[in-house]
Amino acid sequence: MTTGNGATPLVEVEHLKLFFPIKEGILVDREVARVHAVNDVTLSIGEGETVGLVGESGCGKTTISRAIMRLIDATDGTIRFRGKDVTRAGRREMDPLRREMQMVFQDPFASLNPRKRVGQIIGMPLRLHGTERGAVDGKVRELLGRVGLHPEHINRYPHEFSGGQRQRIGVARALALEPRLIVLDEPVSALDVSVQAQIINLLDDLQDEFGLTYLFVAHDLSVVRHVSDRIAVMYLGKLMEVSPAEELYTKPVHPYTSALLSAIPIPDPEENRRRERLVVSGEPPNPISPPPGCVFHPRCPRASDVCRTVEPPLVRYPNGHLAACHHPINVSTEEIRAAAKHPSSPVSSGDELPSVAGNGARPTGKG
Amino acid sequence: MSSGPEPTAPVPTDESLLTVEELRVSFATEEGVVQAVDGVSFELAAGEVLAVVGESGCGKSVTAMTLLGLTRSPNAKFEGTAHYKGTELIEASEDQLRRVRGAEIAMIFQDPMTSLNPVQKIGDQIIEQIQEHEGLPDQQARERTVELLERVGIPRARERVDNYPFEFSGGMRQRVMIALALSCNPSVLIADEPTTALDVTIQAQILQGIRELREQTGAAVIIVTHDLGVVADIADRIAVMYAGRIVEEGTLDQIFYDPQHPYTWGLLGSITRVDRPRRERLPAIAGLPPSLADRPQGCHFRPRCPLEFAQCMKVPPLEGRIEGQPDHRDRCWLSVDEKRSRREVVPGEIGLASKDAAAA
Repeated sequence: MTTGNGATPLVEVEHLKLFFPIKEGILVDREVARVHAVNDVTLSIGEGETVGLVGESGCGKTTISRAIMRLIDATDGTIRFRGKDVTRAGRREMDPLRREMQMVFQDPFASLNPRKRVGQIIGMPLRLHGTERGAVDGKVRELLGRVGLHPEHINRYPHEFSGGQRQRIGVARALALEPRLIVLDEPVSALDVSVQAQIINLLDDLQDEFGLTYLFVAHDLSVVRHVSDRIAVMYLGKLMEVSPAEELYTKPVHPYTSALLSAIPIPDPEENRRRERLVVSGEPPNPISPPPGCVFHPRCPRASDVCRTVEPPLVRYPNGHLAACHHPINVSTEEIRAAAKHPSSPVSSGDELPSVAGNGARPTGKG
Repeated sequence: MSSGPEPTAPVPTDESLLTVEELRVSFATEEGVVQAVDGVSFELAAGEVLAVVGESGCGKSVTAMTLLGLTRSPNAKFEGTAHYKGTELIEASEDQLRRVRGAEIAMIFQDPMTSLNPVQKIGDQIIEQIQEHEGLPDQQARERTVELLERVGIPRARERVDNYPFEFSGGMRQRVMIALALSCNPSVLIADEPTTALDVTIQAQILQGIRELREQTGAAVIIVTHDLGVVADIADRIAVMYAGRIVEEGTLDQIFYDPQHPYTWGLLGSITRVDRPRRERLPAIAGLPPSLADRPQGCHFRPRCPLEFAQCMKVPPLEGRIEGQPDHRDRCWLSVDEKRSRREVVPGEIGLASKDAAAA
């Protein structure tokens, strides 16, 4: 598997911004404010790679995934697919690309048409993209078998399946056109734990078999770990940290990532009693008027004056690990000295790099 | 700095507050009779936290809701008893239940978006409950409401008391629900998936809140959840449910470090841990939970269990099988030694061999 550095990226997102206007007025709609859903994010996904995109509700992770699928239009920035700029591509240009990018949705109950049979649901993309009538059925049966369902269930309706089985149907539909990229938007969060593992293992196998590229969107760090090569952590429309998957868990650099990790209860009572947990107080601020400087500073135990005024750039650490923080954790003095501003930093970020002196402060915990 | 849970949980008193015996709940539906709860018995002592764990459709929520008479409907049938301080809850009249609900046993529901009245100020919803049960004058009830909101961590409680639910975020709404549940100092708090709809950082705050309130008020808590991480964080005792039955019951450490039922192994094995190196494959339990309208004969877990043998066609009783630990009960025919040797145990990780692997 690639790390995203060597191979040609399949998807490149550069300085992507997505703002949603809030309008008011009776006769003429005036724009009174904007929701800053995604605010200057740069991220690439290599061919065959799995990138996990993680953050709490409202951080913009789903908005990015929808923008990549061109389901919503970017406010600013560029999106490239196989090197081709598709940010403003029209319907005609997008059509041939559509079959290369597919999506699996979060809610297996809402994302399948309840009045269509499974065969019609999975066969629809095939028919739309010109598979011959006679060949559709055979192909659908093959897909059903591949995702672990009985091919003879082709004539059943979605309500006859459990949540996990429905998610398999969603996966089969996404696979139908042999795409290169599958965007998975919280594909397992609606499922029971024992079934989650089944779906994740299935996704893993399919990736090996078909050389798929995944963008795996989730709110939960424990789920993305098993599938991801790299993980990007978002908060309030900005990237906080991008890291090789395993390193994020052993060496989180951004205090927000560390807070997310320590908020996950560990299913081991002794371990749980032993560990010191950092419970961040407060809630994510309103994305209509994000705080100045670092967006995480109002909740951050390490926040200082510079965090309140200067937006931190994405700083490069060893192993392609990036973090946007003035007071990083788990990095050595040498690593801080060698750090450099990464070109994917937001345009509005400052040039200040983390200083060695400023990092002696102990986290003060709950404020 | 806030740290983890207290190492020593308060010792539950011997006297049990709530005793549920052989509770059976079934619903007549078009697909046949759905046996949602099938002979569930447990005791709850004052001040203890009991976690009821299981996957969707195992009957954990129906058990909890039945205690407050919330599942009563023309197509429902109840058997068994639930004694709370001299009141039998299953047969109790609506009048008797009204006196228990909120005042003695309070409930926090999963979805804070739909369980508050959207067109009533949150303060008024809490005041209404206080006045219903205690008949306090307006001003005093309002003061108590503000105090409650402060106690569950709502900033500027005095102003927010006049806000409507839509003006709160999900986490704040769940805090309002907790304040509402605590308003009449109940002895038992039933929390049905209280953090499932919330983000992890907010979940940590809410669990911390429930823990603190238990310490302050001494209320017993029944927490219904599918998340074993949450359980490890907060529970004293655990009941694992599968297809309407309790399949294993024991203390937190007994269930996590010496689990007896193969379903418990599978459940423990399929959780991902962020504090351990990642595994190549996630251990999954093969197959699906059975439909409650058409349950397998004998042990309900039999069709998914790699260790199935002839005796499993009979229903194993829930009983203590380990010498010296009568409170650690399970429903599995295998001997304790067999179980201990056949479960796959890596330190801290317990798995269930897959059905194919066991057959091979």
